[in-house]
Amino acid sequence: MADIEVRLVDVTKRFGDFVAVDAISLEVRDGEFFSLLGPSGCGKTTTLRMLGGFEEPTSGLIELHGQDVTWLPPYKRNVNTVFQNYALFPHLSIAENIAFGLKRRGVKADEIKRRVAEALELVQLTGYEARKPGQISGGQAQRVALARALINRPGVLLLDEPLGALDLKLRKQMQVELKRIQQEVGITFIYVTHDQEEAMTMSDRIAVMNKGHYEQLGEPEVLYERPKTRFVAGFLGVSNLIPVKSEGTADNYAILRLPDGHAARAPRALLDGQSGPVALGVRPEKIRLKARAEETSGQYNRLDGIVRHSSYIGVSTQYIVELGDERQLTVFEQNVERATKAELWSPGEEVALTWLPEHSFAVPDDTGGVVEQTGIAAVE
Amino acid sequence: MGTFLKRHHWVTPLALLTPGILWLLVFYLWPALQMFIASFWHGTLETGFVFSLDNWTNYPDAVGQFAPFYLRSVVYAAAATMTTFLIAYPLAYTIAFKGGRFKNLMLFLVVAPFFTSFLLRTISWKIILGDVGPIIGPLKGIGVLPQDFHILATPMAVIAGITYNFLPFMTLPVYVALEKVDVRLVEAAKDLYAGPWRPGGLIAGGILGGALMGVLGLVFGVDWAVFAVIGAAFGGFVGWFLVSESFIRVTFPLSLSGVFAGGLLTFIPAIGDYINAELLGNPSTNMIGNVIQNKFLTQNDYPTASALSFAMMAGVLVVVAIYAKVLGTEELSAAAARA
Ligand SMILES: Nc1ncnc2c1ncn2[C@@H]1O[C@H](COP(=O)(O)OP(=O)(O)O)[C@@H](O)[C@H]1O
Ligand SMILES: [Mg+2]
Repeated sequence: MADIEVRLVDVTKRFGDFVAVDAISLEVRDGEFFSLLGPSGCGKTTTLRMLGGFEEPTSGLIELHGQDVTWLPPYKRNVNTVFQNYALFPHLSIAENIAFGLKRRGVKADEIKRRVAEALELVQLTGYEARKPGQISGGQAQRVALARALINRPGVLLLDEPLGALDLKLRKQMQVELKRIQQEVGITFIYVTHDQEEAMTMSDRIAVMNKGHYEQLGEPEVLYERPKTRFVAGFLGVSNLIPVKSEGTADNYAILRLPDGHAARAPRALLDGQSGPVALGVRPEKIRLKARAEETSGQYNRLDGIVRHSSYIGVSTQYIVELGDERQLTVFEQNVERATKAELWSPGEEVALTWLPEHSFAVPDDTGGVVEQTGIAAVE
Repeated sequence: MGTFLKRHHWVTPLALLTPGILWLLVFYLWPALQMFIASFWHGTLETGFVFSLDNWTNYPDAVGQFAPFYLRSVVYAAAATMTTFLIAYPLAYTIAFKGGRFKNLMLFLVVAPFFTSFLLRTISWKIILGDVGPIIGPLKGIGVLPQDFHILATPMAVIAGITYNFLPFMTLPVYVALEKVDVRLVEAAKDLYAGPWRPGGLIAGGILGGALMGVLGLVFGVDWAVFAVIGAAFGGFVGWFLVSESFIRVTFPLSLSGVFAGGLLTFIPAIGDYINAELLGNPSTNMIGNVIQNKFLTQNDYPTASALSFAMMAGVLVVVAIYAKVLGTEELSAAAARA
């Protein structure tokens, strides 16, 4: 299971002077659901196209199942693609679209027929054989594109934002479906998306890309709980980031001084390997709000602040809390202990923010402490 | 006003169609009707013409007398449509897919000949193809061609002229169709193992090239076997080296609507053309257009000329209807991809 199915070594792609993909090296394991996640223009599609054989890397090496395929044309690679716009052949029926790859490989007619039926069943489109791509919905077209690729039993399936054109509800449904299909067929999926929630829901591992390279690669919960860069912290969910100065250690904790004078603790290991300035990070849902008067157990970090804004979202309430130095932090509270309007914190109330040091993370503070929090826009 | 238009939604299209309808009524239908009436005349310019429905016999008389000219027109027009296609398709393909930033320039060059008159262009071909012209002359001089060789005043010259004159009518529709083909579909085909088309391309290209050139050789009145061999060799070469499976399964089927339109736009005017035959041919290459022109303008035999014109129109309509029935459906693309 841990065989390496795809290997990129220092893969670079330039378009003229512009570096679209910048010396990416990574390995994807056999049977893995692997995602390339990043904002538009960061080089995800270009990376995928090099894997599919539609672009040649400017330099670097691409291996599929141990074979160097860097210079092989698409039709010689044991890889299939689900294109961003599906790219179904408009002049062929659904069945003919799906059979296309098998026909080109000279598979016998009766086997093609059997496998097309199988593939249609896998994507739950039995009965649509004779339709043309123009006569089916976007969600169905998406399934056809999937069946058309999977029927060839490729070593790797490449998917480029396959759910991008679908509405939210259908997208959620297809996320589950895709994951089910991937587990059923056991094929390695490399999935490109700019939607962090989508990547987190489906992936075994994610590479978070930015400007032609990936900033961090790992399992979704590791990326979320321990982002290693400001960019990753902001791209996956919402983060509060506060520039801090290290003031030595106590037990297994680093003592960190905040700009407003408060001290906070974080596991020492978080600072290992950090040389320059550091920002302390904590996710909004990890912070508890308490009345100032309330005692806090010594194992928690505690800051004082004033509630500036609250918005009730139903499952939770989102607060903006201001610290002594006017820095604003975001806090999410489940509407469990407090649920009615009278019980919620209201603007102007003085509160204490508490969280466990273990729930912190640390990233290099490469902005000089200008930005306090990132990723607010990602809240739905 | 707005609600009036909304309530009577036929008003806007009618208003937009009116100028066109008027134009056609005045400049097409009215003269056509006049001509239709003239086809039932009897008499001469000197004695005057008399209309009578009994003169329907003008039709069988005229058509019977000039049947070989009709046949020749159809054969020449079909051959010219074929050669136009053979030249225009690679041209349109290159502009659409390899044109890059020269696309517009290349398209301009395709229509550039239209800036000179049809007549002038054809006359210059007369010079180019002349027995002592810039091509044949030197070739004869160095002994590559025998002294009695000539192209001018042969069917080949007429068909070459028609091909040249109608090339843009084929190139542009094919270009438009190819331009619309999504390159991502071609990528998808390659992703699905569509590679070079070998050895199918060699066989198909050889057979197709051989057959096409053989037929053209017959029409040209030259040694068809030599033509067929050259065609087969060339077709095989193209099929082996240039034609990929993604082209045969995706690009070509999706461009057929343009080929269909280009075929009509070339074939229909070519069938009625008389200038190419007049300037580049000889009396035995005269087409029906030459006969009609002669009857109308030289002999003033209006009834026969009108009957010949109308018979041609009816014939073309039938041919086009069959063509559309056979080729002009959506199923064509699918069938082409399946074959
Ligand atoms: N063929 C190309 N020519 C020039 N620039 C390109 C080409 N393809 C992509 N790019 C550029 O490379 C960058 C990465 O593109 P892409 O891989 O499509 O990003 P993503 O899929 O992550 O949105 C973009 O800035 C894009 O403009
Ligand atoms: Mg993209």
